[in-house]
Amino acid sequence: MSKDKSEYLIDRKDNQYEVVIGLEVHAQVTSESKLFSSSSTKFGAEPNTQVSLVDAAFPGMLPVINEFCVKQAIKTGIGLNAKINKRSVFDRKNYFYADLPQGYQISQFKDPIVGEGKVILDMPDGQKEIGIERLHLEQDAGKSIHDLDPQNTFVDLNRSGVALMEIVSKPDLRNPDEVSAYIKKLRSIMRYLGTCDGNMQEGSLRADVNVSVRLKDSKDLGTRCEIKNVNSIKFMQMAIDYEANRQVDLIEEGKSVDQETRLFDTKKNETRSMRSKEDAHDYRYFPDPDLLPLEVSDDFIEKLKADIPELPDDKKKRFIDEFKISSYEATILVSDIDTAKYFEEVVAKMGKNKDMKLAVNWITGELFAVLNNKNLEISESPISAQNLAKLINLIKNGTISGKIAKTIFELMMDGDKDPQIIVQEKGLKQESDPKALEALIDKIINDNREKAVEYKQGKEKLFGFFVGQAMKASGGKANPQLINEILKKKL
Amino acid sequence: MSDITKQSLSELVKNIKDKKLSSEEVTKAFIDRSEKSKELNAYITEDYSSALEKAKKFDQKPNLDLKLPGIPMAVKDLFCTKDIRTTAGSKILNNFVPSYESTVTQNIWNEGAILLGKLNCDEFAMGSSNETSFFGNVQNPIDKNLVPGGSSGGSASAVAGQLTPITIGTDTGGSIRQPASFTGTVGLKPTYGSCSRYGIVAFASSLDQAGPMAQNVKDCALLQEVISSYDSKDSTSIDFKRNIYSKELTNNIKGKKIGIPKEYRVDGMPKEIEELWQKGIRYAKDCGAEIVDISLPHTSYALPTYYIVAPAEASSNLARYDGVKYGFRAKGENLIDMYEKTRSEGFGAEVQRRIMIGTYVLSSGYYDAYYLKAQKVRKLIKNDFDEAYKKVDAILTPSTPSSAFKIGEKKDDPVSMYLNDIFTVPVNLAGLPGISIPAGHDSKGYPLGLQIIGKAFDEQNILNIAYAMEEKIAFKNNITDWWIK
Repeated sequence: MSKDKSEYLIDRKDNQYEVVIGLEVHAQVTSESKLFSSSSTKFGAEPNTQVSLVDAAFPGMLPVINEFCVKQAIKTGIGLNAKINKRSVFDRKNYFYADLPQGYQISQFKDPIVGEGKVILDMPDGQKEIGIERLHLEQDAGKSIHDLDPQNTFVDLNRSGVALMEIVSKPDLRNPDEVSAYIKKLRSIMRYLGTCDGNMQEGSLRADVNVSVRLKDSKDLGTRCEIKNVNSIKFMQMAIDYEANRQVDLIEEGKSVDQETRLFDTKKNETRSMRSKEDAHDYRYFPDPDLLPLEVSDDFIEKLKADIPELPDDKKKRFIDEFKISSYEATILVSDIDTAKYFEEVVAKMGKNKDMKLAVNWITGELFAVLNNKNLEISESPISAQNLAKLINLIKNGTISGKIAKTIFELMMDGDKDPQIIVQEKGLKQESDPKALEALIDKIINDNREKAVEYKQGKEKLFGFFVGQAMKASGGKANPQLINEILKKKL
Repeated sequence: MSDITKQSLSELVKNIKDKKLSSEEVTKAFIDRSEKSKELNAYITEDYSSALEKAKKFDQKPNLDLKLPGIPMAVKDLFCTKDIRTTAGSKILNNFVPSYESTVTQNIWNEGAILLGKLNCDEFAMGSSNETSFFGNVQNPIDKNLVPGGSSGGSASAVAGQLTPITIGTDTGGSIRQPASFTGTVGLKPTYGSCSRYGIVAFASSLDQAGPMAQNVKDCALLQEVISSYDSKDSTSIDFKRNIYSKELTNNIKGKKIGIPKEYRVDGMPKEIEELWQKGIRYAKDCGAEIVDISLPHTSYALPTYYIVAPAEASSNLARYDGVKYGFRAKGENLIDMYEKTRSEGFGAEVQRRIMIGTYVLSSGYYDAYYLKAQKVRKLIKNDFDEAYKKVDAILTPSTPSSAFKIGEKKDDPVSMYLNDIFTVPVNLAGLPGISIPAGHDSKGYPLGLQIIGKAFDEQNILNIAYAMEEKIAFKNNITDWWIK
């Protein structure tokens, strides 16, 4: 397999294959209640405690659309730079399953609420545009639980009727890294909008992955396989890698790829056939006669547009312009809305004499490391933006050295302590009095006469030795810049 | 008063309001007669003792401002009634007791009425003779072994047999108007969206509509006024200005233009029906209406269109009866086996037939040829009416192509059974209101009905026309109480 900067190609003998990937992402709409009923959508409740008569499909029960979910879908559409369809239609997708109480899922088939759009990915070698085919609203099914009893399957209908957005990409993705970037970008946009929390562990975001392969430079699409319901980015990448190689092997053996639906076995790291095209369900889609076509006015859409916050792409541009940080740094800072918020708060609290470089480094360095270690979200950070800003200012104005700052940073984590107080309590203020430092250095030079001579004779490496001694003698509090200056003078 | 059950709703309401009758007396009278009328098999579930209790309670503190003060009534067993078994005439819901009340029945109880019990009907309202009910045939009070029509057969039989002063049915393709016609009673199918479908066991969602059935037009108007309401729980409910139908009822229809559609003169229509129609035209003229010949060119496509649209929706609506959550469940080896056995044993033959037709017409490869085309034709049928209503205020047709037939006569001939709905089905497809009033008898002495079709939301107008014609027709139902020993 060749891994140039941008190309992900599968090599076999004389042939090189390109992988073509499209995703159908199922994103749970952030909403207190379900798409067609007023039941709660809260995660983790006792089984079957959030089920209305509508969700359990009792006789004579009728769906009533939740306007909030419609707004959420439209906002997401706006965030995807997509066409909002003023008229959309809910259809019934008919199939039997124990956790599908109605015997059909209400979805949108021919006329989705959102049409074509696009998202921009920031890849190491530049930007890439991924087309969005459509976004539609649909109900989630319940959950079948097979492993609680050897004989019986249990059904939990808490999820039944929860609103999902299915976001279908065009087959524009070419490798697992792009897939990862795409999912992260979608997640980022939806979290900015507050339309989906993107929590993959709780199943708020999952995807069906369509994979096909073709000879490099070919224009025709190969036969695709759909890998159902993959719920982590890592698994998506593993599944694509496995599936693309499987397809290439088939072609190389002179066989053909069958269009089918496959499952990814996370334990064995392989995809397995679930059903062939011939066995595919005939869902008998037709417009749901219980629901009128959904019509939204220009005014309705305009009002939602006015409500859209600054999204990652715009924020990134602004961060670069306003804060003079690099594109790479800005990408990291805007990828998650809470990180961006934190950063902006730090910037604001730093006051007039800001040091952007320090702010970026401390957030993406020390803070990220701590969060990563403790497995915390930035919104749960043990150190507030305000106190981090103070710490950075203490470095910037020379009160403490960067090294001391790291010690203070550790201490701050205990109850989000104010770094200024720590400096006072522990006496960690940097020694910046030139006279005191001169006396300290005079003593060191006196104590190490031989080394001082060697240095003067050209052994410049010894400069570091003297700096080290000076820092040590000051208990780490000496202002390193001043130490440098004085040493140069005295030696 | 020994003839309580012979009184119309309006008379009963007046007598209760004038304190000449108590709710208990009235309730008891209808219970007694219902008890003696078991042979009609009009009831699926009786709720007599609870009805008597409610009547007594009403009498203790009677609210006489209500529209149906202490009036007992039975309802079609397609309406979900809280804590009272609701079967839809099917084995699959044989043991189903809802924890909720349909909006239409709630509206009725809110006006002071008292539930007597649940009335027999064709299984899931699929039938024109009440013979598809899991709970057996219903006898027509007109004659022994005569079907009462369907699907609201139990409702029609109960009103005609005076087991209930009034009732409600549902009408998807004629299920109120055809049995009304077969039993010499009045039945109104309101405009689609007039009565909430919330809590009504669904057959075909885009066609189903609840409506009143009564002894006369005035009672029908009063009940329509009670049951029709805008309901946010039904997304197809329509918020329009509803008349106070009984109050605004008038027999003055002078100058009203009534259309006679030539396409309703179908091949093989019995002479008696044609004569009845002509008689109706004369009565309408006598009432001062103006008769206008009109054309509804797509009429002949209505029945095939209906038998694609209705089964398609039904096949999906009935998917929820799978034995998983409620209702009948057969034992199976696995999930699929359980589904198959539950649905094979739980649904009757006609329901299974329609599920299969519906599944077929929605299948990929057939959808365009059947379902999509039917939707297009449905639009054309509606356009026909829109065109006609540029010239006329209402349309007069026979209600059915024949009088009631014998039990078993058409049971094995679904197409001939479906033909019963030929005059009523276009009205459902167009979402319009239609009322059937008794207008005469055939040679066997069986009642025949005329249908008046109105513009959407124009129930008042067709009630007025029906009211005026009713007066002229002076129909007398010939009920001998043959079933009471």
